[in-house]
Amino acid sequence: MTAAALRKVAGWIDARTGLSGSRHLLDAKVVPRHRYSVFYYLGGMALFLFVIQVVTGLLLLLYYEPGTATAYESVKRISGEIPFGWLVRSIHRWSADIFIGVLMLHMLTAFVMKAYRPPRELTWLTGVGALGLGLGFGFSGYLLPWDEVAFFATSVGTAVAGAVPFVGTLLLELMRGGEDVTGATLARFFALHVVVLPFAALGLLGAHLALVQRHGMSVPPGATPTGPPRPFVPDFLLRDLVGWTLALALLAALAALFPAELAAKANPFASAPAGIKPEWYFYAPFQQLKMIPARIGPFEGEAVGTVGFMVLGALVVLAPFLDRRAARGEPSPWFTAAGIALFLYLAGLTCYVWLH
Amino acid sequence: MSDPDRPALQRMPPWPERRALLDWLLGLSGAGALLAVVYPVVAFVFPPRQAKGKSKGAVLAGRVSELPPGSGIVFPLGTQPAILVHTPDDKWRAFSARCTHLSCTVRYREDIGMLFCPCHDGRFDLTGKNAGGPPPRPLPEHTVVVKGDEVYVAEVEVG
Repeated sequence: MTAAALRKVAGWIDARTGLSGSRHLLDAKVVPRHRYSVFYYLGGMALFLFVIQVVTGLLLLLYYEPGTATAYESVKRISGEIPFGWLVRSIHRWSADIFIGVLMLHMLTAFVMKAYRPPRELTWLTGVGALGLGLGFGFSGYLLPWDEVAFFATSVGTAVAGAVPFVGTLLLELMRGGEDVTGATLARFFALHVVVLPFAALGLLGAHLALVQRHGMSVPPGATPTGPPRPFVPDFLLRDLVGWTLALALLAALAALFPAELAAKANPFASAPAGIKPEWYFYAPFQQLKMIPARIGPFEGEAVGTVGFMVLGALVVLAPFLDRRAARGEPSPWFTAAGIALFLYLAGLTCYVWLH
Repeated sequence: MSDPDRPALQRMPPWPERRALLDWLLGLSGAGALLAVVYPVVAFVFPPRQAKGKSKGAVLAGRVSELPPGSGIVFPLGTQPAILVHTPDDKWRAFSARCTHLSCTVRYREDIGMLFCPCHDGRFDLTGKNAGGPPPRPLPEHTVVVKGDEVYVAEVEVG
């Protein structure tokens, strides 16, 4: 097609949509430059990995068959028989792991740079919500291969929800679709993983990105500019592209060197396999549950642990409203220190599990 | 506000009050419609509870010839996993195999002579008592009957 024909098509579309009117939004979008600018790439990286998840997830859907009689067999077939099935599945697994890691770094750097100050509280809330959805994706997706590791990880994970005071039993039955982890659980986790969570993620990500567009990027207090702001298109986008290309290469290498595994098929009447562990991002609560004693005063240990993690989560969610000093534009080093201490605690537990 | 042509209007409450009543009725029917949608959806999402009576009779859990002292086997008892243990001092015991911590299935470990849950390193001694790690309660015990070579277990809690 010639350039003239392309222009004609573009003109035809523009006359009916008025899309060129929004061009000024992109032209006006700039990225501030200071010594912490490098952290601005984390959001774009998370977005890229999310797209990878959507694409590989859609491919896996072509062959995956939910149901206790077919799920395990279809995943085995994807990994063994389907051309490049092992690659698609392995990239989906690796990309999920790295996606959560990037989201956590994105959140940590946004926290330390106080990006949640007014008027960006909703940007923070939608971002934390997206991380919550990411964890939900990870938890629900983990069960889908229906192998024994998945089965017991889900038994434990849903039992943790069951330890929540007052509503625990209801929550557990809601998640499991009954009292035990069965085919009913697999059916709802599948629906959650491929329909409910994707819709929610699209909405939340859309809101997050619209808010970023609305407010521009936050400059941390006290950061001195090291140059004029960088235009988003094309300067920043091209740099993003370099990172995305590297990420794709890394995913391919990881998938080839450490392909996704499949344990023995889930059997509710077999013992849990030795050395069972959840995905890395649940290491911290997993280890905490191991270390917590059976009873703390009048309470059951697991209830205390579960409530403790819920309180920590609520504190993180509410950070913009708790950090009053930052909201007034004053330094709040104690708040930053508390956030970093929480991060180190979680990272410490995670490393402990990693090394054992 | 006196309108000689419409005396009936004057006997009615003033407009703002009628408007408030209408708003209230509208809100009520709106809430009713919402409830009529939400309630069936919520009820649909929670599955009906299955009758949970004890399984009738005993099941064949294992054979004496296949379970020397100091060994154990996990088997289905009704809809739940159970574990049969032939203790080193030649006693037969059976328990629910679901860890009382977070519901993983326990196994018999010869090396420590205990029931062990690998999910969070929970331990139970061979009377089912929680004896280490996070489990808060003992494992419920079942009844064992040995008939010749066959070992039967019934879901009747002892004690």
